[in-house]
Amino acid sequence: MSEEDDEIILSELNDEDLVQQMFDDLYDGLKEEIEESVNILLERGWEPYRILTEALVGGMTIVGNDFRDGILFVPEVLLAAGAMKGGMAILKPLLAETGAPRVGKMVIGTVKGDIHDIGKNLVSMMMEGAGFEVVDLGINNAVESYLEALEKEQPDILGMSALLTTTMPYMKVVIDTLVEKGIRDDYTVLVGGAPLNEEFGKAIGADAYCRDAAVAVETAKSFMARKHNQLSAG
Amino acid sequence: MTLDDQQLTTDGLALDPSAGQVLLIACGALAHEILTLKRINAWDHLDLTCLPAILHNHPDRIPDAVSDAVLRHRSQYDQIFVVYADCGTGGQLAATCDALGVEMVPGPHCYSFFEGNAQFAERTETEFTAFYLTDFLVRQFDAFVWKPLGLDRHPELRDTYFGNYEKLVYQAQTNDPKLVEKARDCADRLDLTFEHRVTGYGDLQTVMASLKAPNAHYS
Repeated sequence: MSEEDDEIILSELNDEDLVQQMFDDLYDGLKEEIEESVNILLERGWEPYRILTEALVGGMTIVGNDFRDGILFVPEVLLAAGAMKGGMAILKPLLAETGAPRVGKMVIGTVKGDIHDIGKNLVSMMMEGAGFEVVDLGINNAVESYLEALEKEQPDILGMSALLTTTMPYMKVVIDTLVEKGIRDDYTVLVGGAPLNEEFGKAIGADAYCRDAAVAVETAKSFMARKHNQLSAG
Repeated sequence: MTLDDQQLTTDGLALDPSAGQVLLIACGALAHEILTLKRINAWDHLDLTCLPAILHNHPDRIPDAVSDAVLRHRSQYDQIFVVYADCGTGGQLAATCDALGVEMVPGPHCYSFFEGNAQFAERTETEFTAFYLTDFLVRQFDAFVWKPLGLDRHPELRDTYFGNYEKLVYQAQTNDPKLVEKARDCADRLDLTFEHRVTGYGDLQTVMASLKAPNAHYS
Protein backbone atom coordinates (compact mmCIF):
# COMPACT_ATOMS: atom_id res chain seq x y z
CA MET A 1 0.00 0.00 0.00
CA SER A 2 1.42 3.37 -0.91
CA GLU A 3 1.73 6.23 1.53
CA GLU A 4 -0.87 8.13 -0.44
CA ASP A 5 -3.46 5.41 0.21
CA ASP A 6 -2.86 5.84 3.96
CA GLU A 7 -3.40 9.57 3.93
CA ILE A 8 -6.42 10.71 5.89
CA ILE A 9 -8.63 13.25 4.16
CA LEU A 10 -9.91 15.27 7.11
CA SER A 11 -12.89 16.68 5.24
CA GLU A 12 -14.12 13.18 4.45
CA LEU A 13 -14.35 12.15 8.12
CA ASN A 14 -17.66 12.37 9.91
CA ASP A 15 -17.84 14.68 12.93
CA GLU A 16 -17.10 12.01 15.49
CA ASP A 17 -14.12 10.62 13.60
CA LEU A 18 -12.85 14.11 12.87
CA VAL A 19 -12.84 15.00 16.57
CA GLN A 20 -11.02 11.75 17.34
CA GLN A 21 -8.53 12.62 14.61
CA MET A 22 -8.08 16.07 16.18
CA PHE A 23 -7.22 14.38 19.47
CA ASP A 24 -4.54 12.39 17.62
CA ASP A 25 -3.29 15.45 15.74
CA LEU A 26 -3.08 17.50 18.93
CA TYR A 27 -1.20 14.67 20.58
CA ASP A 28 1.24 14.68 17.66
CA GLY A 29 1.50 18.48 17.63
CA LEU A 30 0.22 18.87 14.07
CA LYS A 31 -0.76 22.53 13.93
CA GLU A 32 -1.79 22.75 10.27
CA GLU A 33 -4.05 19.70 10.58
CA ILE A 34 -5.68 21.18 13.69
CA GLU A 35 -6.28 24.48 11.91
CA GLU A 36 -7.79 22.64 8.94
CA SER A 37 -10.05 20.55 11.19
CA VAL A 38 -11.25 23.62 13.10
CA ASN A 39 -12.19 25.25 9.82
CA ILE A 40 -13.99 22.10 8.65
CA LEU A 41 -16.07 21.96 11.85
CA LEU A 42 -16.90 25.66 11.54
CA GLU A 43 -18.06 25.07 7.96
CA ARG A 44 -20.24 22.25 9.24
CA GLY A 45 -21.94 24.70 11.57
CA TRP A 46 -20.32 23.81 14.87
CA GLU A 47 -20.39 26.60 17.44
CA PRO A 48 -16.86 27.91 18.15
CA TYR A 49 -17.32 27.18 21.87
CA ARG A 50 -18.21 23.57 21.11
CA ILE A 51 -15.10 23.12 18.95
CA LEU A 52 -12.98 24.66 21.67
CA THR A 53 -14.29 22.51 24.49
CA GLU A 54 -15.02 19.20 22.78
CA ALA A 55 -12.16 19.01 20.30
CA LEU A 56 -9.30 21.24 21.49
CA VAL A 57 -9.66 21.13 25.27
CA GLY A 58 -10.71 17.47 25.02
CA GLY A 59 -7.52 16.69 23.11
CA MET A 60 -5.30 18.74 25.39
CA THR A 61 -6.77 16.98 28.42
CA ILE A 62 -5.42 13.69 27.06
CA VAL A 63 -2.04 15.37 26.49
CA GLY A 64 -2.11 16.80 30.02
CA ASN A 65 -2.98 13.44 31.57
CA ASP A 66 -0.18 11.67 29.71
CA PHE A 67 2.26 14.39 30.76
CA ARG A 68 1.20 13.98 34.38
CA ASP A 69 1.63 10.20 34.08
CA GLY A 70 5.11 10.47 32.58
CA ILE A 71 4.08 9.18 29.14
CA LEU A 72 4.61 12.51 27.37
CA PHE A 73 7.38 15.01 28.06
CA VAL A 74 7.78 18.75 27.83
CA PRO A 75 8.74 18.94 24.12
CA GLU A 76 5.66 16.96 23.08
CA VAL A 77 3.42 19.06 25.31
CA LEU A 78 4.82 22.24 23.78
CA LEU A 79 4.17 20.97 20.26
CA ALA A 80 0.63 20.02 21.24
CA ALA A 81 0.16 23.46 22.79
CA GLY A 82 1.44 25.06 19.59
CA ALA A 83 -1.15 23.10 17.62
CA MET A 84 -3.92 24.08 20.02
CA LYS A 85 -2.82 27.70 19.80
CA GLY A 86 -3.25 27.50 16.02
CA GLY A 87 -6.83 26.32 16.47
CA MET A 88 -7.57 28.88 19.15
CA ALA A 89 -6.31 31.72 16.98
CA ILE A 90 -9.11 30.90 14.54
CA LEU A 91 -11.73 30.51 17.27
CA LYS A 92 -10.89 33.42 19.56
CA PRO A 93 -12.47 36.24 17.53
CA LEU A 94 -15.50 34.04 16.85
CA LEU A 95 -15.93 33.18 20.52
CA ALA A 96 -16.35 36.84 21.35
CA GLU A 97 -18.86 37.31 18.53
CA THR A 98 -20.95 34.31 19.48
CA GLY A 99 -21.17 35.22 23.16
CA ALA A 100 -19.40 32.17 24.55
CA PRO A 101 -19.78 31.81 28.32
CA ARG A 102 -17.11 33.48 30.45
CA VAL A 103 -16.22 31.55 33.55
CA GLY A 104 -14.08 34.24 35.16
CA LYS A 105 -11.10 36.51 34.65
CA MET A 106 -7.46 35.94 35.53
CA VAL A 107 -4.37 38.13 35.61
CA ILE A 108 -1.22 36.02 35.37
CA GLY A 109 2.50 36.72 35.22
CA THR A 110 5.96 35.39 36.04
CA VAL A 111 7.49 37.15 39.04
CA LYS A 112 10.31 39.69 39.14
CA GLY A 113 13.75 38.38 38.22
CA ASP A 114 12.36 35.35 36.43
CA ILE A 115 12.10 34.96 32.67
CA HIS A 116 10.60 31.48 32.54
CA ASP A 117 7.20 31.38 30.94
CA ILE A 118 6.57 27.95 29.48
CA GLY A 119 4.39 26.77 32.36
CA LYS A 120 2.67 30.12 32.66
CA ASN A 121 1.88 30.14 28.94
CA LEU A 122 0.38 26.66 29.16
CA VAL A 123 -1.77 27.75 32.09
CA SER A 124 -2.92 30.86 30.18
CA MET A 125 -3.87 28.79 27.18
CA MET A 126 -5.71 26.11 29.14
CA MET A 127 -7.52 28.74 31.21
CA GLU A 128 -8.68 30.43 28.00
CA GLY A 129 -9.74 27.04 26.73
CA ALA A 130 -11.80 26.58 29.88
CA GLY A 131 -13.60 29.85 29.27
CA PHE A 132 -11.58 32.25 31.41
CA GLU A 133 -10.57 35.66 30.16
CA VAL A 134 -6.80 35.82 30.70
CA VAL A 135 -4.64 38.93 30.94
CA ASP A 136 -1.05 37.75 30.65
CA LEU A 137 1.53 40.15 32.07
CA GLY A 138 4.47 38.18 30.69
CA ILE A 139 7.74 37.75 32.57
CA ASN A 140 9.73 39.64 35.22
CA ASN A 141 6.82 41.35 36.97
CA ALA A 142 7.45 43.60 39.94
CA VAL A 143 4.73 44.01 42.55
CA GLU A 144 3.73 47.34 40.99
CA SER A 145 2.98 45.61 37.71
CA TYR A 146 0.63 43.13 39.41
CA LEU A 147 -1.09 45.90 41.39
CA GLU A 148 -1.64 48.03 38.32
CA ALA A 149 -3.12 45.08 36.41
CA LEU A 150 -5.38 44.11 39.32
CA GLU A 151 -6.75 47.61 39.56
CA LYS A 152 -7.25 47.96 35.83
CA GLU A 153 -8.57 44.50 35.03
CA GLN A 154 -10.50 43.68 38.22
CA PRO A 155 -9.93 39.93 37.79
CA ASP A 156 -11.27 37.12 39.95
CA ILE A 157 -7.94 35.35 40.05
CA LEU A 158 -4.29 36.37 40.31
CA GLY A 159 -1.83 33.76 39.04
CA MET A 160 1.90 33.92 39.74
CA SER A 161 4.62 31.70 38.35
CA ALA A 162 8.30 31.17 39.18
CA LEU A 163 10.84 28.58 38.12
CA LEU A 164 13.74 29.54 40.36
CA THR A 165 14.30 28.93 44.03
CA THR A 166 15.70 32.45 44.14
CA THR A 167 12.60 34.08 42.65
CA MET A 168 9.77 32.12 44.24
CA PRO A 169 9.92 34.09 47.52
CA TYR A 170 8.87 37.16 45.53
CA MET A 171 5.36 35.74 45.42
CA LYS A 172 5.16 36.42 49.13
CA VAL A 173 6.20 40.03 48.53
CA VAL A 174 3.23 40.42 46.19
CA ILE A 175 0.78 38.72 48.55
CA ASP A 176 2.04 40.70 51.56
CA THR A 177 1.53 43.90 49.59
CA LEU A 178 -2.04 42.88 48.79
CA VAL A 179 -2.60 42.28 52.51
CA GLU A 180 -1.08 45.66 53.42
CA LYS A 181 -3.38 47.37 50.96
CA GLY A 182 -6.38 45.49 52.31
CA ILE A 183 -7.21 43.91 48.96
CA ARG A 184 -5.89 40.37 49.47
CA ASP A 185 -9.35 38.87 49.87
CA ASP A 186 -10.62 40.49 46.69
CA TYR A 187 -8.76 37.87 44.64
CA THR A 188 -8.11 34.19 44.54
CA VAL A 189 -4.33 33.83 44.41
CA LEU A 190 -2.98 30.75 42.62
CA VAL A 191 0.74 30.01 42.40
CA GLY A 192 2.77 27.52 40.39
CA GLY A 193 6.22 26.60 39.15
CA ALA A 194 8.63 23.68 39.31
CA PRO A 195 10.30 24.32 42.70
CA LEU A 196 7.04 25.15 44.50
CA ASN A 197 4.85 22.82 46.49
CA GLU A 198 1.62 22.93 48.43
CA GLU A 199 3.39 23.73 51.69
CA PHE A 200 5.09 26.75 50.13
CA GLY A 201 1.79 27.96 48.71
CA LYS A 202 0.23 27.84 52.15
CA ALA A 203 3.23 29.42 53.84
CA ILE A 204 3.16 32.50 51.61
CA GLY A 205 -0.60 32.94 51.94
CA ALA A 206 -1.71 31.84 48.47
CA ASP A 207 -5.11 30.22 48.09
CA ALA A 208 -3.66 27.24 46.25
CA TYR A 209 -0.58 25.79 44.64
CA CYS A 210 -1.23 24.32 41.21
CA ARG A 211 1.04 21.49 40.08
CA ASP A 212 0.29 21.83 36.38
CA ALA A 213 -1.99 23.58 33.90
CA ALA A 214 -4.78 21.03 34.26
CA VAL A 215 -4.77 21.41 38.05
CA ALA A 216 -4.75 25.20 37.65
CA VAL A 217 -7.88 25.05 35.53
CA GLU A 218 -9.70 22.73 37.93
CA THR A 219 -8.64 24.78 40.95
CA ALA A 220 -9.71 28.03 39.30
CA LYS A 221 -13.09 26.56 38.36
CA SER A 222 -13.63 25.31 41.88
CA PHE A 223 -12.83 28.71 43.41
CA MET A 224 -15.15 30.38 40.91
CA ALA A 225 -17.95 27.96 41.82
CA ARG A 226 -17.38 28.70 45.52
CA LYS A 227 -17.46 32.44 44.83
CA HIS A 228 -20.64 32.05 42.83
CA ASN A 229 -22.27 30.05 45.64
CA GLN A 230 -21.23 32.64 48.24
CA LEU A 231 -22.72 35.42 46.13
CA SER A 232 -25.94 33.44 45.67
CA ALA A 233 -26.14 32.76 49.39
CA GLY A 234 -25.45 36.41 50.17
CA MET B 1 41.03 7.80 38.68
CA THR B 2 39.57 8.17 35.20
CA LEU B 3 36.06 9.53 35.18
CA ASP B 4 33.53 8.79 32.49
CA ASP B 5 31.14 11.73 31.99
CA GLN B 6 28.44 9.53 30.52
CA GLN B 7 28.59 7.29 33.56
CA LEU B 8 28.57 10.27 35.91
CA THR B 9 25.47 11.50 34.12
CA THR B 10 23.42 8.33 34.32
CA ASP B 11 24.88 6.30 37.19
CA GLY B 12 26.93 8.67 39.33
CA LEU B 13 30.08 7.46 41.02
CA ALA B 14 30.25 4.46 43.31
CA LEU B 15 31.96 4.87 46.65
CA ASP B 16 35.59 3.80 46.65
CA PRO B 17 36.26 3.75 50.39
CA SER B 18 39.70 4.80 51.52
CA ALA B 19 40.84 6.07 54.89
CA GLY B 20 38.34 8.89 54.73
CA GLN B 21 36.32 9.84 57.77
CA VAL B 22 34.10 12.31 56.01
CA LEU B 23 31.88 11.18 53.15
CA LEU B 24 30.89 13.60 50.45
CA ILE B 25 27.61 12.73 48.72
CA ALA B 26 27.69 14.86 45.61
CA CYS B 27 26.06 15.53 42.29
CA GLY B 28 27.87 13.61 39.53
CA ALA B 29 28.36 16.93 37.73
CA LEU B 30 30.83 17.90 40.47
CA ALA B 31 32.93 14.71 40.55
CA HIS B 32 35.83 16.08 38.49
CA GLU B 33 36.11 19.25 40.53
CA ILE B 34 35.80 17.53 43.91
CA LEU B 35 38.42 14.91 43.07
CA THR B 36 40.77 17.57 41.70
CA LEU B 37 40.45 19.67 44.88
CA LYS B 38 40.90 16.57 47.01
CA ARG B 39 44.05 15.63 45.11
CA ILE B 40 45.77 19.00 44.98
CA ASN B 41 45.02 19.71 48.64
CA ALA B 42 45.77 16.18 49.85
CA TRP B 43 42.37 16.03 51.58
CA ASP B 44 42.68 12.33 52.23
CA HIS B 45 40.09 12.41 54.97
CA LEU B 46 37.37 12.94 52.33
CA ASP B 47 35.72 10.08 50.46
CA LEU B 48 33.37 10.67 47.57
CA THR B 49 30.29 9.08 46.10
CA CYS B 50 28.11 10.75 43.48
CA LEU B 51 24.48 10.51 42.50
CA PRO B 52 23.61 10.56 38.80
CA ALA B 53 24.20 14.06 37.47
CA ILE B 54 21.06 13.88 35.33
CA LEU B 55 19.02 14.40 38.52
CA HIS B 56 19.85 18.04 37.71
CA ASN B 57 16.99 17.79 35.20
CA HIS B 58 14.61 16.31 37.81
CA PRO B 59 15.16 18.33 41.00
CA ASP B 60 12.09 16.82 42.64
CA ARG B 61 13.94 13.50 42.79
CA ILE B 62 17.08 14.88 44.46
CA PRO B 63 15.93 14.94 48.12
CA ASP B 64 14.90 11.27 48.16
CA ALA B 65 18.05 10.20 46.30
CA VAL B 66 20.23 12.11 48.78
CA SER B 67 18.30 10.72 51.72
CA ASP B 68 18.73 7.14 50.47
CA ALA B 69 22.47 7.67 50.04
CA VAL B 70 22.90 9.21 53.49
CA LEU B 71 21.01 6.36 55.15
CA ARG B 72 23.00 3.78 53.16
CA HIS B 73 26.40 5.14 54.18
CA ARG B 74 25.96 6.87 57.51
CA SER B 75 27.02 3.90 59.65
CA GLN B 76 30.44 3.86 57.95
CA TYR B 77 31.37 7.54 58.44
CA ASP B 78 31.86 10.02 61.26
CA GLN B 79 30.43 12.76 59.13
CA ILE B 80 28.50 13.06 55.88
CA PHE B 81 28.41 16.25 53.84
CA VAL B 82 26.02 16.76 50.93
CA VAL B 83 27.64 18.53 48.00
CA TYR B 84 24.47 19.91 46.49
CA ALA B 85 23.08 23.41 46.76
CA ASP B 86 19.29 23.85 46.63
CA CYS B 87 19.45 22.88 42.93
CA GLY B 88 15.83 23.72 42.14
CA THR B 89 14.33 21.70 44.99
CA GLY B 90 12.61 24.77 46.43
CA GLY B 91 14.03 24.19 49.90
CA GLN B 92 13.12 20.51 49.99
CA LEU B 93 16.72 19.33 49.97
CA ALA B 94 17.57 21.61 52.88
CA ALA B 95 14.59 20.21 54.79
CA THR B 96 15.75 16.67 54.04
CA CYS B 97 19.31 17.42 55.17
CA ASP B 98 18.02 19.09 58.35
CA ALA B 99 15.93 16.04 59.15
CA LEU B 100 18.93 13.76 58.55
CA GLY B 101 21.25 15.98 60.56
CA VAL B 102 23.71 16.53 57.70
CA GLU B 103 24.99 19.74 56.16
CA MET B 104 24.93 20.81 52.53
CA VAL B 105 26.46 23.54 50.36
CA PRO B 106 24.78 26.92 50.84
CA GLY B 107 23.30 28.69 47.84
CA PRO B 108 20.74 28.17 45.11
CA HIS B 109 22.79 26.02 42.72
CA CYS B 110 26.27 25.18 41.48
CA TYR B 111 26.33 28.18 39.11
CA SER B 112 26.08 30.29 42.22
CA PHE B 113 28.67 28.58 44.41
CA PHE B 114 31.20 28.24 41.57
CA GLU B 115 31.02 31.97 41.11
CA GLY B 116 30.81 32.59 44.85
CA ASN B 117 27.33 32.88 46.38
CA ALA B 118 27.78 36.49 47.45
CA GLN B 119 29.01 37.62 44.04
CA PHE B 120 26.35 35.62 42.22
CA ALA B 121 23.61 37.16 44.36
CA GLU B 122 24.94 40.63 43.55
CA ARG B 123 24.61 39.92 39.83
CA THR B 124 21.09 38.50 40.07
CA GLU B 125 19.36 41.83 39.49
CA THR B 126 21.12 42.35 36.18
CA GLU B 127 21.84 38.85 35.02
CA PHE B 128 18.61 36.91 35.21
CA THR B 129 18.56 36.54 31.44
CA ALA B 130 21.74 34.45 31.49
CA PHE B 131 21.87 30.72 30.88
CA TYR B 132 24.80 29.10 32.69
CA LEU B 133 27.02 26.17 31.81
CA THR B 134 29.87 24.72 33.86
CA ASP B 135 32.76 22.60 32.54
CA PHE B 136 30.73 19.45 33.03
CA LEU B 137 27.59 20.86 31.44
CA VAL B 138 29.53 22.08 28.42
CA ARG B 139 30.93 18.59 27.92
CA GLN B 140 27.48 17.06 28.45
CA PHE B 141 25.44 19.76 26.71
CA ASP B 142 23.60 17.32 24.47
CA ALA B 143 22.70 14.98 27.33
CA PHE B 144 21.52 17.77 29.66
CA VAL B 145 20.08 20.40 27.34
CA TRP B 146 19.73 19.56 23.69
CA LYS B 147 18.18 16.09 23.87
CA PRO B 148 16.01 16.36 27.02
CA LEU B 149 14.44 19.53 25.63
CA GLY B 150 13.74 17.68 22.37
CA LEU B 151 15.79 20.14 20.32
CA ASP B 152 17.42 17.27 18.42
CA ARG B 153 13.98 16.29 17.16
CA HIS B 154 12.25 19.68 17.19
CA PRO B 155 14.73 22.50 16.73
CA GLU B 156 11.78 24.82 16.13
CA LEU B 157 11.16 24.76 19.91
CA ARG B 158 14.43 26.56 20.61
CA ASP B 159 12.93 30.01 20.97
CA THR B 160 10.10 28.69 23.09
CA TYR B 161 12.70 27.60 25.62
CA PHE B 162 15.38 30.23 25.17
CA GLY B 163 13.61 33.21 23.61
CA ASN B 164 13.73 35.17 26.88
CA TYR B 165 17.41 34.49 27.51
CA GLU B 166 20.04 36.87 26.21
CA LYS B 167 23.40 35.28 26.85
CA LEU B 168 25.11 32.05 27.70
CA VAL B 169 27.70 32.36 30.44
CA TYR B 170 30.31 29.63 30.47
CA GLN B 171 31.58 29.45 34.04
CA ALA B 172 34.94 27.81 33.55
CA GLN B 173 36.43 25.81 36.38
CA THR B 174 39.50 24.97 34.31
CA ASN B 175 41.44 26.57 31.52
CA ASP B 176 40.64 24.45 28.47
CA PRO B 177 40.50 26.21 25.07
CA LYS B 178 38.61 23.26 23.57
CA LEU B 179 35.86 23.61 26.16
CA VAL B 180 35.67 27.35 25.49
CA GLU B 181 35.10 26.61 21.81
CA LYS B 182 32.49 23.99 22.63
CA ALA B 183 30.73 26.42 24.96
CA ARG B 184 30.76 29.05 22.23
CA ASP B 185 29.18 26.53 19.90
CA CYS B 186 26.48 25.81 22.52
CA ALA B 187 25.72 29.54 22.64
CA ASP B 188 25.47 29.64 18.84
CA ARG B 189 23.12 26.69 18.81
CA LEU B 190 20.86 28.43 21.33
CA ASP B 191 21.20 31.74 19.48
CA LEU B 192 22.58 33.47 22.58
CA THR B 193 25.55 35.78 22.94
CA PHE B 194 28.54 34.16 24.58
CA GLU B 195 30.50 35.05 27.68
CA HIS B 196 33.45 33.11 29.02
CA ARG B 197 33.83 33.67 32.76
CA VAL B 198 36.63 31.97 34.66
CA THR B 199 35.28 31.12 38.10
CA GLY B 200 37.62 28.38 39.25
CA TYR B 201 36.11 26.36 42.07
CA GLY B 202 34.61 29.28 43.99
CA ASP B 203 32.81 28.43 47.23
CA LEU B 204 33.16 24.70 46.54
CA GLN B 205 36.81 24.94 47.53
CA THR B 206 35.99 26.96 50.65
CA VAL B 207 33.31 24.52 51.74
CA MET B 208 35.53 21.49 51.19
CA ALA B 209 38.40 23.14 53.05
CA SER B 210 36.11 23.59 56.04
CA LEU B 211 35.49 19.85 56.31
CA LYS B 212 38.20 18.89 58.76
CA ALA B 213 38.84 15.32 59.77
CA PRO B 214 37.11 14.68 63.11
CA ASN B 215 39.66 15.29 65.90
CA ALA B 216 38.90 12.02 67.61
CA HIS B 217 40.82 10.20 64.95
CA TYR B 218 44.04 12.11 65.59
CA SER B 219 44.13 11.45 69.29
